[in-house]
Amino acid sequence: MDMGFLFASLIDGLLLGFVFGVAAIGLTLIFGVMEVINLAHGPVIALGMFGLYFAVTLLGLHPYAGTLLTAVGGLFLGILIYAIAVHRVIGAPHLSSLLATYSINMMIIGIGTALLTTSPRNIEFSLGSMTLGTATIPVTRIVAALASLLAAVALYLFMQYTRWGKFIRAVTDNRDAAELVGIPSTKVLALSFGLGTMLAAFSGALIATLFPFTILEGGKYELKSFVISVLGGLGNPMGALIGGIIIGLIEGLVPVFLPTTWVLVVEFVLFVLILLIRPTGLFGGRAQ
Amino acid sequence: MKRSLWTLFLPVLVVLAVGLYPLLTQQDVHRETSFTLLRAVALAASLNIILGFTGYVSFGHVVFYGLGGYVAFYLVAEKGWPFWSAVLMGGLAAALLAFLIGAGILRLRGAYFALVTIGVNEAMKAFIYNFQPFGGPVGLTMNFAVYKAYGGPRAVLWMTYHWLFVVTLIVVAVSYWIRVSKFGLGLLSIREDEDAAEVMGVRTSWFKTWAFTLSAFFPGLVGAIFFFRNASIEPHDAFPLHVSIESIVMVMLGGQGTVIGPILGSIGYQWMRVFLLTNRLLKNIQLAVAGGLLLLIVLFIPAGLVGWLRRRFPATRRFLL
Repeated sequence: MDMGFLFASLIDGLLLGFVFGVAAIGLTLIFGVMEVINLAHGPVIALGMFGLYFAVTLLGLHPYAGTLLTAVGGLFLGILIYAIAVHRVIGAPHLSSLLATYSINMMIIGIGTALLTTSPRNIEFSLGSMTLGTATIPVTRIVAALASLLAAVALYLFMQYTRWGKFIRAVTDNRDAAELVGIPSTKVLALSFGLGTMLAAFSGALIATLFPFTILEGGKYELKSFVISVLGGLGNPMGALIGGIIIGLIEGLVPVFLPTTWVLVVEFVLFVLILLIRPTGLFGGRAQ
Repeated sequence: MKRSLWTLFLPVLVVLAVGLYPLLTQQDVHRETSFTLLRAVALAASLNIILGFTGYVSFGHVVFYGLGGYVAFYLVAEKGWPFWSAVLMGGLAAALLAFLIGAGILRLRGAYFALVTIGVNEAMKAFIYNFQPFGGPVGLTMNFAVYKAYGGPRAVLWMTYHWLFVVTLIVVAVSYWIRVSKFGLGLLSIREDEDAAEVMGVRTSWFKTWAFTLSAFFPGLVGAIFFFRNASIEPHDAFPLHVSIESIVMVMLGGQGTVIGPILGSIGYQWMRVFLLTNRLLKNIQLAVAGGLLLLIVLFIPAGLVGWLRRRFPATRRFLL
């Protein structure tokens, strides 16, 4: 086996894994706080891609400034989605929240395909590349991985040390008790949904600096986020980051031994097996 | 309150009306419309067995449709089996898959079950994509010589229509039987409170597995019929996740856990789609409009049309089930 190719492929996968991880953190955060599987996750990732596209082409922003702007937009979009579709189905049977978020998915995709068509776009942006042993890595990829790691750390610090972060953790643990001590649970839920959506949009914007995309592109990353969240334990944000890295490494490793098209088989079989054998994931999730 | 026989007649009459109309007019366009309607009814009514009666949200209904389609297509196109036996094998393959994975995945509840069914569908799609006997990413195409044995392409269109009509009637009959039988009572008790049902002596895993198997058999048959008439099959057509979700929407629209609900829901949903697609103003955003309607239903009438009628007008319970 060609060790050089293996190394290059692993580095490639690892770096992408961080970006996938951030998208999955958004999904798993929302599930952890309110037990809602957000089926609008993919379209939001795609909106993040287009948010950056328009920030760069229309506003003329630097791609990384545009990424931050897109993330802020994602926060408000998430709060809006929460108010329109999610608030009324909190605590309702799972079918209701799945379908409510899926209806948002249909609306975004419906309007998105009508306005933006499905022809691929890309953002003209390059920072050159770096050579590390046998691997030649585009610098944008390294920046994307670092930005993702930074976002995860920022989320951790926010959850651990700020007032609202503590509110979110309290509502996650026990909403009734949190309300009893005066935590505004509705605002906390809306904020959590906003944060989850923000991370999705943020990772979408980062992905857009690496690959071409269409409005339908999000579906792929939504499925990946499911796999990663389950791997790390549904509702466990830091588990999702590690899950993202594992999936990234798998995506780097599998093509060395098998045709690339087997990557998805491996990922989804792993996904089903984890759910069957250890539904709380590798690092523990919210109890079933 | 005694249950009127109309609870059986009404669903059957609706399906008969949809199914017999093209047979009377002998028009190709009517046959195609009714084919789409019957396919939607069969998928929704069979999904209702696990979703509505048992309360398990499956996003993987289409995996059985695709698998049944592939197995039957392979047997007819590559192995020269007669159509009827291939269709039967398609249904049995789907049922077998459900039986084998059912015991494992039905232990999961709520969102976890929904997620694992998405995973099963995607894993199957990715696997078929790499599975050379089924043509891999390209899929399989039917040699038109095969159709000759059935009287040519036009005769095949009618023959497959008759088959689908019969299968849909069977699905409706089976879902009525489940709803009024002791088996169905067990499923309903699982839906209401699985732990309590178990304590009361319902063998929940046995009930769930058989409900899942039964609910998978019919989409297997429908997929086999559809892809035979379609003359080609490839992974993205066979396992589209959105068809699973559309089936859930149709069940919800009419009323989950009722016999006639999924039938009315499918017809209503398909009618709405045609209306949106042919409306000049809404054509481009038909998906968004459908999404908006879905949201309104989920938020305000989660029991669906039939569930709402039964609750609002108790007198209708005698003949609406």
